[in-house]
Amino acid sequence: MKYPTELKYRKSHEWVKFLDESTALIGISDFAQNSLGGIVFVNLPEEGDEVTAGKEFADVESVKAVSDIFSPVSGVVAEVNEELLDAPEQINENPYDSWFIKVENITETEDLMDAETYEKFTESEEE
Amino acid sequence: MKLIFEKGNKGNQCSILPECDVPQVEISTPKREKPLHLPQLSENELSRHYTELAKEVHGVNNGFYPLGSCTMKYNPKVNEEAAAQKGFTRIHPLQPEHTVQGCMEVLKTSEKLLCEITGMDAMTFQPAAGAHGEFTGLLLIKAYHDSRNDKKRTKIIVPDSAHGTNPASAAMAGFTVVSVPSREDGCVDLDKLREVAGEDTAGLMLTNPNTVGLFDKNILEITSIIHEAGGLAYYDGANLNAVMGVVRPGDMGFDVVHINLHKTFSTPHGCGGPGSGPVGCKSFLQEFLPGRQVAGTEELSFKVPEKSIGSVRTFYGNFLVVVKALTYVLMLGKEGIPAASKNAVLNANYMMEKLKDIYPMAYDETCMHEFVMTLEKLEHEIGVSAMDIAKALLDYGIHPPTMYFPLIVHEALMVEPTETESRETLDEVIAVFREIYEKAKANPEALHEAPVTTYIRRPDEVQAARKPVLRYEF
Amino acid sequence: MGSYLGNTEEVQKEMLSEIGYDSFDALFSHIPQEVKVKELNLPSGLSEMEALDKMEELADKNKIFKHIFRGAGAYNHYVPAIVGSVVNREEFLTAYTPYQAEISQGILQSIFEYQTMICELTGMAVSNASVYDGATAAAEAVAMCRERKRNVAFVSETVNPQVLTVIKTYCYGNGIQVEVIPEKDGVTDQEALKAALKEDSACFYMQQPNYYGNIEDADVLGEITHEAGAKYIMGCNPIALAVLKTPAECGADVAVGEGQPLGMELSFGGPYLGFMASTEKMMRKLPGRIVGETVDKEGKRAYVLTLQAREQHIRREKASSNICSNEALCALTASVYMAAMGEAGMKQAANLCLSKAHYLQGELKKAGLKPKYDQPYFHEFVTTSDVKADVILEALEQKGILGGLPLNEYEILWCATEKNTKEEMDQVASIVKEVCQG
Repeated sequence: MKYPTELKYRKSHEWVKFLDESTALIGISDFAQNSLGGIVFVNLPEEGDEVTAGKEFADVESVKAVSDIFSPVSGVVAEVNEELLDAPEQINENPYDSWFIKVENITETEDLMDAETYEKFTESEEE
Repeated sequence: MKLIFEKGNKGNQCSILPECDVPQVEISTPKREKPLHLPQLSENELSRHYTELAKEVHGVNNGFYPLGSCTMKYNPKVNEEAAAQKGFTRIHPLQPEHTVQGCMEVLKTSEKLLCEITGMDAMTFQPAAGAHGEFTGLLLIKAYHDSRNDKKRTKIIVPDSAHGTNPASAAMAGFTVVSVPSREDGCVDLDKLREVAGEDTAGLMLTNPNTVGLFDKNILEITSIIHEAGGLAYYDGANLNAVMGVVRPGDMGFDVVHINLHKTFSTPHGCGGPGSGPVGCKSFLQEFLPGRQVAGTEELSFKVPEKSIGSVRTFYGNFLVVVKALTYVLMLGKEGIPAASKNAVLNANYMMEKLKDIYPMAYDETCMHEFVMTLEKLEHEIGVSAMDIAKALLDYGIHPPTMYFPLIVHEALMVEPTETESRETLDEVIAVFREIYEKAKANPEALHEAPVTTYIRRPDEVQAARKPVLRYEF
Repeated sequence: MGSYLGNTEEVQKEMLSEIGYDSFDALFSHIPQEVKVKELNLPSGLSEMEALDKMEELADKNKIFKHIFRGAGAYNHYVPAIVGSVVNREEFLTAYTPYQAEISQGILQSIFEYQTMICELTGMAVSNASVYDGATAAAEAVAMCRERKRNVAFVSETVNPQVLTVIKTYCYGNGIQVEVIPEKDGVTDQEALKAALKEDSACFYMQQPNYYGNIEDADVLGEITHEAGAKYIMGCNPIALAVLKTPAECGADVAVGEGQPLGMELSFGGPYLGFMASTEKMMRKLPGRIVGETVDKEGKRAYVLTLQAREQHIRREKASSNICSNEALCALTASVYMAAMGEAGMKQAANLCLSKAHYLQGELKKAGLKPKYDQPYFHEFVTTSDVKADVILEALEQKGILGGLPLNEYEILWCATEKNTKEEMDQVASIVKEVCQG
């Protein structure tokens, strides 16, 4: 299981990569993709939509389940990774390259975990 | 098996229709340019194709089918014969009323008998399936509150153990869903229910027996909590087969019910339909019913209820399914209806007792017509899941129980034997379950491989959903 | 009384005692006494012979018309003999939804074949496994087209009024606003449609051929709809689809229809079949079951229920629809029908319908009825006259003929199919002539 140190993590297993102070990429962690199993589809928001810290902005479908994906930040969707619509398996294969959305004009960020804390958190979840 | 499009010779076809006996007319508007690829087979080839397909279908007639919450009972042949009469099949739904008195009497008599069984006052046969009935029933509740100008009632309370159709139906009817947690024993938590019931409550949706197969003893208190809050109580008839002639939804305080003629009243499931999900209601909701109701005693006539919600389907629903259900009710009568439920409950308890020493039951008490085992421990200890056990059953020619439902039970298998199975069959199946358990303990790996004797092995569902191939390309 | 129980009373007693109950009362003792019912007020049970006799009595109270000239949503077509023989097989009849793919390949493959045939017929990319009927298919299609900022659905006045009612009823639930686009000369008023469509319009639903039998200018209606950014839904007669421009060719986003003409008897309105097909773009918004192709663990071709995450059992209140049971056996019926007919047979049926309806209209005109509209039509048309519709229809009924559907005091909606012979139509015309001149 990988936990890249340059990323921040949310308890519901999303990662955030800040590109600058007010812009970030959001995806789901290795732990998340592993427990979801084969991801078959993602429902993504549209460019220009607003996302709110702590609120869902997308969902991922596996064969027998749907899981909501939560935003760790508030801002505006600048870009969506449309490649994931055609190739959702990328999320399973490279979770940290498979960003869902790019958010800009970030006005609020939740308290997030660093890689080390998140790794410990996932270990406790597994038990 | 080859697809029907991969068989036959170009240009071959059955001869069905006569030559044109009037002057031929050409269509004057633009015609389709796209070719119409359809099978090109002789009747013999066509017949064999479907015979081949039929071999790879498991119906109630092929073997034991304990699919929980689906009531896969035997489908009597006389039902089919009754519904196949030309006096029903050749009747146009828009014929003058005086020429369809028999059809109208079918609807009227079915309404009367099924209302007696459910404790309701009126019934519509428009809904074509259970979920369709739920939607219809919820619209009645909506129309009722609207008619009283009670616009703040926007919420439907649904227990967390409910079937997925309940919240989906509530959303379709424009309500917000409030999920109320169940107690550890699977029954409604009265305190939690009191907390959520209030002046925004439009109604509650419930099955009783509930989705874990237990009868909720607090039912009168549950429905009265809802009524006191000003809401209505909706009975999901999915589990009616447990209590026909024993208790009636109407007597438990429910205002609206739907029943599934294709479950409880023995009409065949047809690989997933046509079903029929009539909705019954207490008299104060009668004026909101959709479609047309049969009125009169001698000469019958159709009447549109005064404040009807409209129509949820064309005409009178899946009429022939109603004919089959009526035949069944007439045959069973007041003695046979409760006898069916009693034997269904007996069969379930018998199987549960004979399996519970090795398969842990989610709830160790008298069940109704179905019971839920939880294989969490087995999964944890030897890595054999509910899915593995289910798949192993396939190799014995048994349809697995419902898997992974209800959601509140982990590694659930939900078994509903129905009343039409004999002790002999149950004993055989019990032996199979026990044998599979032994195999699982001895060689868990082998169970991950099951089934091995079926036409296909486990399919790759991830690939199917990731790269959908939903039609044959010519 | 009739019974289908697997156990005799004696066996029941043994089973009860084996699991620790001395009676059924004991087994049901946990049910509170105050809700128990003493005895149902039902008649005593009957033997099979008596029950069937009773049902025959009921069937005999209906009048079977040998000659039917009424459609309006339910059509009298010939059903090939093979259809009944296939769909009445016990395996197909008594199975349920194919949840267990390994023992359900037969039905799954048949649904895949059905989906393919519906795609062929409509030209659309994707079909689902069926919904309840044509009207609910239309209502579900309207719900598919709703978007966050588009919440108004337009429906042409020329659609079957029952379908409009069902759409309105569904929308009473889901909150979509429904507006009707008026008819002009028997077809949709294009100018009115143009004027009505706005930024918040979700979709426009039309019927081809429309309720009056007239063939709409489906291309133009589609263009107008798309110009406003709304989705275009076509409700189609499946027999007419064999010859008319397909919904895909007309730019439809969703094509739906009543599948009853594809091998289902009239049956007083049901079971019927709702078919639904869409563009690939809207695939994930389709309601209900969909079957897809995949492979099993040994690489063998296999079929499964797929895209299930759209559905109620997974998505619950966020599902695109609540449907689970559909009309699977009716979809099988339609498949067998289309397979038996083949391309040539389907086109032949369509051309017979077309030719016979035109012959009937010509003869009725000579007999004294006036066609109401001057539009191209398929197998239905409206007439008007100075003689009351009731009088005409009663005269026909006396001779065992079910005439067209009276739309109002003087107008009748007629239908002819391949089942109506020239002789029959001549007889209709002569009776009508007698009434009109008498």
